[in-house]
Amino acid sequence: MADSFSKELPVIPSVPKELEREPLVLNKRPIGWISDQISGVAEGKTPKWWWALFIPSVAITGVCFAMIVYLMSTGVGVWGLQIPVAWAWDITNFVFWIGIGHAGTLISAILFLLRQKWRTSINRAAEAMTIFAVMCAGIFPLIHIGRIWLGWWLLPLPNSNSIWPQFRSPLLWDVFAVSTYFTVSLLFWYMGLIPDLAVMRDRAKSKIRQIAYGIFSLGWTGSNRHWSNYEKAYLLLAGLSTPLVLSVHSIVSFDFAVSQLPGWHTTIFPPYFVAGAVFSGFGMVLTLMLPMRKVCHLEEIITVRHIELMGKVILATGSIVGYAYGMEFFIAWYSGNPYEKFVFMQNRAADPFILGPLWGVEPAPYWWAYWTMVSCNVICPQLFWFKKVRTNMWIVFVISIFVNIGMWFERFVIIVTSLHRDYMPSNWAYYSPTWVDIWQFVGTFGLFMTLFLLFMRFLPTIAIGEVKGVTPQADPHHPMGGAKGGHH
Amino acid sequence: MSDSTVKYGLLAEYDTAADIMHAAEKVRDAGYRRWDVYTPFPIHGMDEAMGLKKSLVGWFTFFGGVIGITLGYLMIWWMNAYDYPIVVGGKPLFSPIYSFPVAYECTILLAAFGSLGGMLFLNRLPRWYNPIFSSERFKKATHDKFFLAIEAMDPKFSDTETRRLLQESGSKHIEEVRD
Repeated sequence: MADSFSKELPVIPSVPKELEREPLVLNKRPIGWISDQISGVAEGKTPKWWWALFIPSVAITGVCFAMIVYLMSTGVGVWGLQIPVAWAWDITNFVFWIGIGHAGTLISAILFLLRQKWRTSINRAAEAMTIFAVMCAGIFPLIHIGRIWLGWWLLPLPNSNSIWPQFRSPLLWDVFAVSTYFTVSLLFWYMGLIPDLAVMRDRAKSKIRQIAYGIFSLGWTGSNRHWSNYEKAYLLLAGLSTPLVLSVHSIVSFDFAVSQLPGWHTTIFPPYFVAGAVFSGFGMVLTLMLPMRKVCHLEEIITVRHIELMGKVILATGSIVGYAYGMEFFIAWYSGNPYEKFVFMQNRAADPFILGPLWGVEPAPYWWAYWTMVSCNVICPQLFWFKKVRTNMWIVFVISIFVNIGMWFERFVIIVTSLHRDYMPSNWAYYSPTWVDIWQFVGTFGLFMTLFLLFMRFLPTIAIGEVKGVTPQADPHHPMGGAKGGHH
Repeated sequence: MSDSTVKYGLLAEYDTAADIMHAAEKVRDAGYRRWDVYTPFPIHGMDEAMGLKKSLVGWFTFFGGVIGITLGYLMIWWMNAYDYPIVVGGKPLFSPIYSFPVAYECTILLAAFGSLGGMLFLNRLPRWYNPIFSSERFKKATHDKFFLAIEAMDPKFSDTETRRLLQESGSKHIEEVRD
């Protein structure tokens, strides 16, 4: 049947060498090799590098919890925030972490809907990153509320005052958006893991591993009747996660945009926040993935082509972010609103060397934060126009770190520069963090790394079944998939 | 294997995606009902080769979403407009606009649970025991081999005929699985 069908097809001339796409898995590896290589990371003796990273990460996680205990037992006065800057590092860190999560969902859901097959090599680790980043993000608003033991008042639970949450507040929308985002990301991640946990179960040598992977793989056999439902559910979850991820960061931006404060009250915020989130998330994906592919010997699965494509996503989203900065600035000027103009020029951009003297104004107190943000987010990613830069792993790594720094500063600039000098000069103040602020933020990196290292050690870091599915061996109409006669 | 076990069926092994695809077409055309194909990854076109109908997961997602949006809106109306009315800025006690973000998140949440739950329900998972795992070679079904199993419960099943069909379909290794 297949042979008679192939006769009717027109003869396709072979592709010239320079136009050929690089394969997603290099060196024509057999599909069994893919399981061996990926599960190998989570099997055998624990490598030394893992301990060398894990022990400090756990120690820093300890710092994270110590800071929370100190804050709870003493009060929010241990932080540097004070009226008028009532939101500072805490909310900056919250938005920073939640934004990082967005790349994971973009890769797992949006690139899936767009049929970008290269996503299969990176989606698992990126989704794990999403979940851990959202966990880090969730800490900050919770500990920021002051009386943490009353945090459950945010949830629609009956309490002794017989009062319910106020659903007009964007802050409450955030509670629902972030908790839904976390839950749905976890479901999506777990569903993707089921077939790969079955791989781990079938490879397990020890009884404990057999039982543990056996329980979590739910008795998966690889039956095609199951795959059929599974693929449908996967598609639907991707379809649900796509509007979800866009809504989450839109709602995060509503925390600001729905208020009346100059610098926050802008309609551009939702798309601008979503693009920034994807931008920062890809920065973090690269920061994690570049060392991971090296130490775990996954260079043939997470290839240079994958890194290059991620560089292009960073270039695109970084340019959108740059456009948003420019548009914000233009609207502040074009609106003719003196408060808007003041925030953008005299709270943010006026540096002591060029713009301040040019505009004839005092330098902005946070001009250094604003220009760190612009250099890291707008200028630096433009280097990705060059293939030489995109394919040089060291430069990509350095740029990814700059993207992380820049996007943290973006949130800091939005939050602190808008708050510290609002309408009344008598109300103005300069904000600086305390040591507790700093260690609290550093501590969440410890938590993030601890969780990520545990993930690398116990779960398949790459979606094994999905990578197998995009190899030519998986295609029954390809010679490498066993097809006879026809050629592609 | 002891004689107290019952026959579960025949398990045939194949080396390539194309082989299992052709075998599935043959088994489908022979009119079997209780059979399945086991592969390390979903093979594109296998649903047609097996003659499977469209998956029903979408209905679970849909009803999850409908329940989510209904419950979301009801919760907000009941809490902020009925049980403890809160007047904010002299605005109406309830409006579908301000309650949209939360109701929307509830929709996505329950639709996602519907998708995963529906997939597990339709696949009858979790399943703690499956006779097919008694085959030692079947461990390769998640690795790099392709399997086709025809159950003895199938009305068309016959030890000799079914075995011959599997042999003709190009299987290199056929074994009997007992429960």
